[in-house]
Amino acid sequence: MTTPSILSVRALTKSYGELEVLKGIDLDITPGEVIAIIGPSGSGKSTFIRCLNMMEVPTSGSFKFRGSHVLPEFKDKAGTLGAGTLRRKVGMCFQHFNLFPHLTVLDNVTKGPRVVLKESQVEAEAHARALLAKVGLADKENYYPSKLSGGQKQRVAIARSLAMRPDVMLFDEVTSALDPELVSEVLQVVRDLAEGGMTMVLVTHEMAFAADVADRVIFIDNGVIAEQGPPQEVMHSPQSERLQQFLQRFHA
Amino acid sequence: MYNWDFYTVFQSFDLFWHGLLTTFLYTIGSIGFGIVIGLVTAFARLSKWRLLRGAARTYQEVFRCTPLLVQIMWAYYALPMLLGISIPNWIAGLATLSLYVGSFYGEIFRGGINAIDKGQREAAMAVGMSGGQAMRHIIMPQAVKKMLPAFINQSVIQVKNTSLLYAISIAELTYMTYIVNSETYRPLESYSIAAIMYFAMLFPLTQFADYFERRMRRSD
Ligand SMILES: Nc1ncnc2c1ncn2[C@@H]1O[C@H](COP(=O)(O)OP(=O)(O)OP(=O)(O)O)[C@@H](O)[C@H]1O
Ligand SMILES: [Mg+2]
Repeated sequence: MTTPSILSVRALTKSYGELEVLKGIDLDITPGEVIAIIGPSGSGKSTFIRCLNMMEVPTSGSFKFRGSHVLPEFKDKAGTLGAGTLRRKVGMCFQHFNLFPHLTVLDNVTKGPRVVLKESQVEAEAHARALLAKVGLADKENYYPSKLSGGQKQRVAIARSLAMRPDVMLFDEVTSALDPELVSEVLQVVRDLAEGGMTMVLVTHEMAFAADVADRVIFIDNGVIAEQGPPQEVMHSPQSERLQQFLQRFHA
Repeated sequence: MYNWDFYTVFQSFDLFWHGLLTTFLYTIGSIGFGIVIGLVTAFARLSKWRLLRGAARTYQEVFRCTPLLVQIMWAYYALPMLLGISIPNWIAGLATLSLYVGSFYGEIFRGGINAIDKGQREAAMAVGMSGGQAMRHIIMPQAVKKMLPAFINQSVIQVKNTSLLYAISIAELTYMTYIVNSETYRPLESYSIAAIMYFAMLFPLTQFADYFERRMRRSD
């Protein structure tokens, strides 16, 4: 099977000074695939997912989006993609939402399309309202973020990313900062996206959710992909002792 | 009991008026240039180039750590000796006031920008904004709110600082008051009027700053 990959990473490393956080990662993501990344704290999961939209610039290795090399500079150059173009196509949601507090929910969602894609206000708002309805927040468009619960904030953040009509979505522990009772409403939105065919990479500590929604689970340990495969295999018959130990903590 | 005589002094009202106007113009001018200088230094200090950061820092420290009066005298009397040309007093005065307030504004602007959570810039970049777009649409609108009270405060001080221009014979309010006094021999009335004029200009500003700060505290 040779579906062309949408994101392709080869021998990717990332160091902060002396500290080598990522030690050579290879990964191909096919369109529509949902990948869950699990691993111990400090293993490099965030660093890796942030490399996938050039929020972190890899130290070495190659990184392609739909076959074009991606470069850290903002603008495209002959035959390569710049970080700016990449980020229009690869959306990202954060653990702490990072909504724009000075803008209403609606403006949070329309800002990117208005500024970056130069969409008209009418067009951007129509799209934003459709997305807010999709994440269940149609009635909150005039609220400021400070008036929303954590779960609502994260759903607005997802709508904000989707407003750019991305091909890939990256989620870095989007439920970790939420009160337990608010986790499911956000996971439901992510699940809907998966079912809608969105290509996604999600770093998560929600093992049951990862097992359920992902096509492939990747275990990152100490800066490398230590194990990967379909959720059933990785979660239920882990090969390495490290992964066994890691999973045990969640089954307890 | 002192015999107040505002009548004599009021006969020189056009002198006060001229002084007030001059004070106002130097204030507006130096604040205008100061904002530009402050923005440039703030961004220079936030830049990734060490040389630029160093240069901005040096400028700020020189102007923040020497008295304004010395700077004004230096620009008007000393600098021309180095350059071998004379500098008109209004240029020396305006330039010094602008550079002086700009060094403080720079720190206020930088502080306001730094106070914005890093996640804001990241979220802006994540929807494809360039660094400049993120600054303009996301960071600055939030930073301006944070820095406004300190900015107004510094600007109030700036209005008062224009009075030091009397030292190089610029006809602002303090200098004109001095003139009125030397003609009328009525220091109590003259300087009281000057004080009232300064106060009337500044009190509304400080009230606005307070009001704004209170409103902001309520809104977060
Ligand atoms: N900007 C940075 N400068 C220096 N070191 C960093 C930086 N960002 C991350 N690191 C280090 O890189 C390592 C991996 O961090 P990373 O955030 O990728 O881990 P993680 O797997 O996401 O952990 P967690 O589950 O706690 O979120 C850690 O040791 C961290 O201290
Ligand atoms: Mg992390």
